Amino acid sequence: MSVFLIRRAFHSLIVLLVMSAVIYGLIGLMPGDPVDLMISADPDVTAADAARLRAIYGLDQPLWSRYLHWLSAAVTGDFGYSRLYAQPVWQAILPALSNTLILLISSLLLALIIALPAGVFAATRPYSVTDYGINLTAFAGISMPPFWLGILLILVFSVMLGWLPAGGTPQSAGASGLWEHIQYLILPIAALTIAGVGGHTRYMRASMIETLRQDYIRTARAKGLSESRVVLGHALRNAMIPVVTVIALDLGVLFSGALITETVFAYPGMGKLIFDAIMGNDYNLALVGLMMATALTLTGNLLADVAYAALDPRISYESLDA
Amino acid sequence: MISMKQLFAAVLFSAAFAFPFGAAQAKSDLVIGITQYPSTFHPNIDSMLAKSYVHGLTRRPLTTMNADWETVCVLCETLPTLENGGAKLEKTPDGKDGIAVTYKIKSEAEWADGTPITVDDVIFTWEVGKHPKSGVASTEGYRRILSIDRIDDKTFTLHVDRRTFDYNNLSTLNLLPAHIDRPKFAYPEAYKTQTAFDTDPFNPGLYMGPYLMTQAKTGSHMVFEKNPNWWGKAPAFDKITVRVIENTTTLEANLLSGGIDMISGELGLNVDQALAFEKRHGQNFKILFKPGLIYEHIDLMLDNPVLQDRRVRQALMYAIDRNAISERLFGGKQPVAHTGVNPLDWVYDPNVPKYALDLEKADALLNEAGWKRKASGMRANAAGAPLRFQIMTTAGNRTRELVEQVLQSQWKAAGIAVDIRNEPARVFFGETVTKRKFPDMAMFAWISAPESVPRTTLHSEEIPTEANNWSGQNYTGFNNPEMDDLLERIELELDKEKRKAMWAELQKIYATELPALPLYFRANSFILPKWLKGVEPTGHQFPTTLRVEDWRVER
Repeated sequence: MSVFLIRRAFHSLIVLLVMSAVIYGLIGLMPGDPVDLMISADPDVTAADAARLRAIYGLDQPLWSRYLHWLSAAVTGDFGYSRLYAQPVWQAILPALSNTLILLISSLLLALIIALPAGVFAATRPYSVTDYGINLTAFAGISMPPFWLGILLILVFSVMLGWLPAGGTPQSAGASGLWEHIQYLILPIAALTIAGVGGHTRYMRASMIETLRQDYIRTARAKGLSESRVVLGHALRNAMIPVVTVIALDLGVLFSGALITETVFAYPGMGKLIFDAIMGNDYNLALVGLMMATALTLTGNLLADVAYAALDPRISYESLDA
Repeated sequence: MISMKQLFAAVLFSAAFAFPFGAAQAKSDLVIGITQYPSTFHPNIDSMLAKSYVHGLTRRPLTTMNADWETVCVLCETLPTLENGGAKLEKTPDGKDGIAVTYKIKSEAEWADGTPITVDDVIFTWEVGKHPKSGVASTEGYRRILSIDRIDDKTFTLHVDRRTFDYNNLSTLNLLPAHIDRPKFAYPEAYKTQTAFDTDPFNPGLYMGPYLMTQAKTGSHMVFEKNPNWWGKAPAFDKITVRVIENTTTLEANLLSGGIDMISGELGLNVDQALAFEKRHGQNFKILFKPGLIYEHIDLMLDNPVLQDRRVRQALMYAIDRNAISERLFGGKQPVAHTGVNPLDWVYDPNVPKYALDLEKADALLNEAGWKRKASGMRANAAGAPLRFQIMTTAGNRTRELVEQVLQSQWKAAGIAVDIRNEPARVFFGETVTKRKFPDMAMFAWISAPESVPRTTLHSEEIPTEANNWSGQNYTGFNNPEMDDLLERIELELDKEKRKAMWAELQKIYATELPALPLYFRANSFILPKWLKGVEPTGHQFPTTLRVEDWRVER
């Protein structure tokens, strides 16, 4: 297992290195540069000013040279300076990262807590009224566009009822602000959870129905085991394998894909940070942000592989250690 | 069945939260919603509306412009002029016409940490501004200052290398605190990342306005509290929070739920959103519309042989009804533009040639230019080539897309076919406009200033080409010797009357030659609570927050 993990970590590093070059190249190929944005915001910037600023920011150098310069600094831990937020890239990223992780982990956990039992429950009663009810709710969650759902939640809980803030982040810090923090998080977490529950329920239901058709389940039932023992003890572990894959892939998507929820709720997270960095030509920030999304996807996949071994005794990475 | 106990608990729970969020805030606090977060708090690196808005709370310029668009002193005692002897004509060391301007900083003016504002700060600001590696975006204003004489701690004379009409306007020389930032400037190339404005933004010594910034969360909000050393009129609010909410629907929801008290006019809802809001909730808020300096227009590609014909350009103007657009789409809040000069500007000439809808004139001009109507109703020349243009703008900008569609149908009525091809702002401004790749028409806006000489957009030396690395903003390729001459002379003319005549000539050439089709001036929409008085929109580039000490609560 340890050899497997080391090998995967090494592969991940290579993927990250290649991705950094690809992302840097793609961002560099986009029209305009940071100085163009400065010119459009300030009519007093002259051609000489533009040339001077390009030299200061190294934008007069070819793309590959800028990339190598960035890479040589990055290996020493210096990921550059964010032009958009006038601070080192890490200082801009860390608060957004913690905001996003709180949002994502809470909503993912909540979605799984609801979706997995609902999926199993529906699968054990296929084509019953309960199954149709769960399916209908799941489809409603999948079909609702996140921006519409977000605005709907704001209208009901903030504007009409006045119970919760209509987006943003709290001002108070520390323990005294904990309740305030929670209040600000409820609606965005609810929006992301509702959007996630539907998909996970459908995956869990489909996977469980497929597993319950297997011969070993019939054998288990023939042995006289109780239905709950059959479902939870035998079927669930196997049914979880494809679901784990989906959850792992979701991590990376959610990381950068929470953009709409973050925009609607004015919540300063990673999705919005990456979007603003790309739109604002902040190369360093966009690059590190996108690489973190890549790293998270890779980590998610690695965790999924480890989870397979835990879930399915037939899957073993021991031979790799030999 | 719900028991009485459960019902009681539910009622208690609801009662605990059944107040609008934020409504409990005392009115000694004010929460403002804006749509952008400043990228840096340094006043002279980068130019950004969000930054000037929050600096209006915390900082004061040497001079500014009042509601009547006249330059006035803020940190200085008296505005120096040639008439009052504060400014004197002189020769520069190399014999050119220069000017010496003497200012006296208010004796009571001090930074919020109690350090007096002195000539040291002026000299330091100048040194940073003109240094090629400091990261300051626009250095032209600093480089024009040849030297600064210190008369005493509070008095200084600037020796400027040319005699421009706005010689006493120091609004762009935003003072930097020498006692804090000079050590950070020891290595000028590192200054842009080391300045205290970004590494220590809550240091009171950076500010000299009625408020200090005491908290900031990137992308979310900034908190401002009273400056204990403020020497001017005491502001009414103990604390002002500026919350950044980019999504305008969420911004509205925050206003309705009490999360914010007002939406800034400078960075808030656009006019059509504000008009819709007014219809729904106008009775609960005070909504002010103020047309400003943002000039919406359509640049015409003058390299295109069809558009090189002035008659075609004029016919395009006669064929559209901008008054109807202003009335129907913007409730008359965004006035029709005749040139880039705003009617609120003193140099505006009311006799400038104007183009009202006149299909007969458009018809005559196009026929004369050889573009005759065919059986289909559309026009073509003798060779059978159709009169067809492409209009481009920023995709996703609802207002511009709407205007485009109206214009398309109006031009169609005159037999002119127009195809719409929009691009994301990033591509449109990053490539298509700046590299003059639009084939016919590009719709966008210019942000101007009062009596701002449009040299970069109209002078023939400012046409971007590959050879000059696409510098300059004369994207239409307008090349008119008379205009070039005016642009060069107007800036150096000190006599107001003579200058006004030159401005009238400039507007006449613009409106006759039509390098661009003027559309309208964008208006700012201020959504204010009824109890807030004293917010006075000006229409020019200086934000309303510069008079925050006049804002007050009146019920």
